[in-house]
Amino acid sequence: MTAAERDAGTGNEALNGAEVLLRVLDEEGVEVIFGYPGGAVLPIYDALFKQDRIRHILVRHEQAAVHAAEAYARSTGKVGVVLVTSGPGATNAVTGLVDALMDSIPLVCLAGQVPTKLIGNDAFQEADTTGITRPATKHNYLVREPGTLAQTVREAFEVARSGRPGPVLVDLPKDITVGKAPLTKPALSRLQRLRHQGGPDASAIARTLEAMKTAKRPLFYTGGGIINSGPEASDLLRRLARKTGFPVTSTLMGLGAFPSPDPQFLGMLGMHGSVEANMATHGCDLLIALGSRFDDRVTGRVDAFSPNSFKVHADIDPSQIDKIVPVDVRIEGDVRDTLEALLEGWGETPARDLSTWWNQIASWRSVDGFGFTQDMTPSAIIRPQHAVRRLYELAKETGRDTFVSTEVGQHQMWAAQHFQFDKPNRWLTSGGLGTMGYGLPAAVGAQVAHPDALVIDIAGEASTLMNIQELGTIAQYRLPVKIFILNNHYMGMVRQWQELLHGSRYSQSYSEALPDFVKLAEAFHATGMRATHVGELDDVIRRMLAHDGPVVADICVAEGENCYPMIPSGAAHNQMLLGPDQDSEAAGLTEEGKMLV
Amino acid sequence: MTETIQNSVISVLIEDESGALARVVGLFSGRGYNIESLTVALVDAEQKLSRITVLTSGTPMVIQQIKAQLKRLIPVHDVCDLTEEGPYVGRELALVKVVSSGERRTEALRIADSFRARPVDTTATSFVFELTGSPEKIDAFIELMRSLGLAEVSRTGIAAIGRGPSVFHLNKEPV
Ligand SMILES: Cc1ncc(C[n+]2csc(CCOP(=O)(O)OP(=O)(O)O)c2C)c(N)n1
Ligand SMILES: [Mg+2]
Repeated sequence: MTAAERDAGTGNEALNGAEVLLRVLDEEGVEVIFGYPGGAVLPIYDALFKQDRIRHILVRHEQAAVHAAEAYARSTGKVGVVLVTSGPGATNAVTGLVDALMDSIPLVCLAGQVPTKLIGNDAFQEADTTGITRPATKHNYLVREPGTLAQTVREAFEVARSGRPGPVLVDLPKDITVGKAPLTKPALSRLQRLRHQGGPDASAIARTLEAMKTAKRPLFYTGGGIINSGPEASDLLRRLARKTGFPVTSTLMGLGAFPSPDPQFLGMLGMHGSVEANMATHGCDLLIALGSRFDDRVTGRVDAFSPNSFKVHADIDPSQIDKIVPVDVRIEGDVRDTLEALLEGWGETPARDLSTWWNQIASWRSVDGFGFTQDMTPSAIIRPQHAVRRLYELAKETGRDTFVSTEVGQHQMWAAQHFQFDKPNRWLTSGGLGTMGYGLPAAVGAQVAHPDALVIDIAGEASTLMNIQELGTIAQYRLPVKIFILNNHYMGMVRQWQELLHGSRYSQSYSEALPDFVKLAEAFHATGMRATHVGELDDVIRRMLAHDGPVVADICVAEGENCYPMIPSGAAHNQMLLGPDQDSEAAGLTEEGKMLV
Repeated sequence: MTETIQNSVISVLIEDESGALARVVGLFSGRGYNIESLTVALVDAEQKLSRITVLTSGTPMVIQQIKAQLKRLIPVHDVCDLTEEGPYVGRELALVKVVSSGERRTEALRIADSFRARPVDTTATSFVFELTGSPEKIDAFIELMRSLGLAEVSRTGIAAIGRGPSVFHLNKEPV
């Protein structure tokens, strides 16, 4: 018996590192891995072959594996798992890791590495993966000793899901997975010190409650933290809003935590947010930020952001508090606990009379910033907003549990504005990084997690081409994903900025030489559909929803449509552009703003 | 919020594992924070903890951010802002090579003596002085050596510790 076998301490069986890895994944409750094989991970693929507890979804590009795992994680609340080979496999995953880091998505990415002896020798398919991914992950590891493998992988899961969730990478040299390794017993976590002890600070809660009881124009500004905290946090938010009668706005990442059709919901705030949400943010006297991080897409000009409000910021990550906007009360901890404490502290206090505030909000609402008119003549051109509205309405009619992913661009914003959510974890979008090509693989991940649900990728024609190869994955696993392309023949969001900021010089933003999406679908064994005029739209959507396989629907929409309202970079919330006819200078469009992204 | 730039000496207790220092340095460069000086060495072999002393500068909001961001790093056990938490001793070691002869050589030796700088290497034409003290003291010494044959300088950057009996130490819960 070798030393390693003795150390294994698992009786007579001696496992190799790859087998130990899979045992630990199983212990951690992993059911699905999204991955792509290669030399450095062959031992792991061999171990996968010999077992049937963990399912492997073979993607067509490692970036897609990460996005699929992100959507799997976001739609289930579990940790998403990715497996990639060394070198190009790992570097291909980097975009996805940064995406997950920005949007606080719990992931474990297992990467193959050249054998420890070869590290540093520029070996074939060697890359300094831990070096490259250090700023791309919440934490990363290089396993150098077989004895530390099991515990390292366990710790990776703990780091990924604890506190503010995020992606963790474990680099696995081939000798570690090939050689024998002990399946050590779970050890007491050395991360105990990272856990947040106790609930939110009582005096911070008291000060918040006091402000809540006197504010005349209060507002909850909620973010992705509520989703990460779990469905219970969404539920508590709903109860707190009911009890207090306060209006609620949400960031892009927080959509679904509060039901969007609810009259207390003002819609999304920020650059393409609703008039009422942005004006209320600007005019409120109490702003309670819950699991949101004052992103620049939300704040606009920071020194003009919500200028007269008393500000409370509750976040699990203390580094987010006072980072961009100084606040009056900081509450560190899980937002679920904060909501619970606020709800308990509010008790049976009757909802305040906020009618003046609500009247003010009603007048902002009447501006109808998301409004548009669709010419219903059958031959009329489809407006993208109308397409999203109809998609929402017809999807709702099916009564099915619906998950929506998006790519990045105007269509993403129209989806956020016009698709309604009443449950958390159903909205999958790349917020912080704004990664084109996210939506299609995200739909894969969501459909794998929820085989019976309706999963729709609301796409732009340019973005969707960035990971279009995943139609192969969709075909292989018979995932009935619906890819709903708002095809405006432009990188619309780029075109919009060029129109507004660069004298309508549409430099490189025309989607030249597009494929025929219907034929493309067919080439990948999916069904292609097309709507060119409004008269065809409903029929296409209905057929798409009724079809039990994957569909690519090419929805030809108006090319020149812009996404409004828009707070140009560097402008304040009360300087929204409402439509094409508005004087852009009055709307705070400045030379200085042009420098911003 | 004042926009004044302040200097801060920050102590970080961090697990001595591969890449740990790179995480700290990468955090500073990635987020655009300043490093005026940084020292690191193992201080607890048993628990495998290193202590990093960073001299940094920024607005109060930035300094707060630096500390909060450092605390997010998984191997970081504790972060202490010595500038904020009370009086501290900060010391730097410098090795200063002076190449000169005659008057200038004697003068260099005389000044070194008044700074309590020790010659740790002596040849007929050169000295290497070892000097410890605050960075300001070392700056002053180097300034004086300039006209006396200053040839080369090596400095450690400061190591710092709080005054008095209270300790910033292991296993303390993050503040
Ligand atoms: C990977 C990546 N590259 C570039 C960009 C910059 N970008 C943002 S939106 C956009 C255009 C997207 O076009 P499309 O997918 O057609 O969506 P539309 O805006 O037309 O709805 C571009 C190029 C990005 N967000 N991501
Ligand atoms: Mg487009």
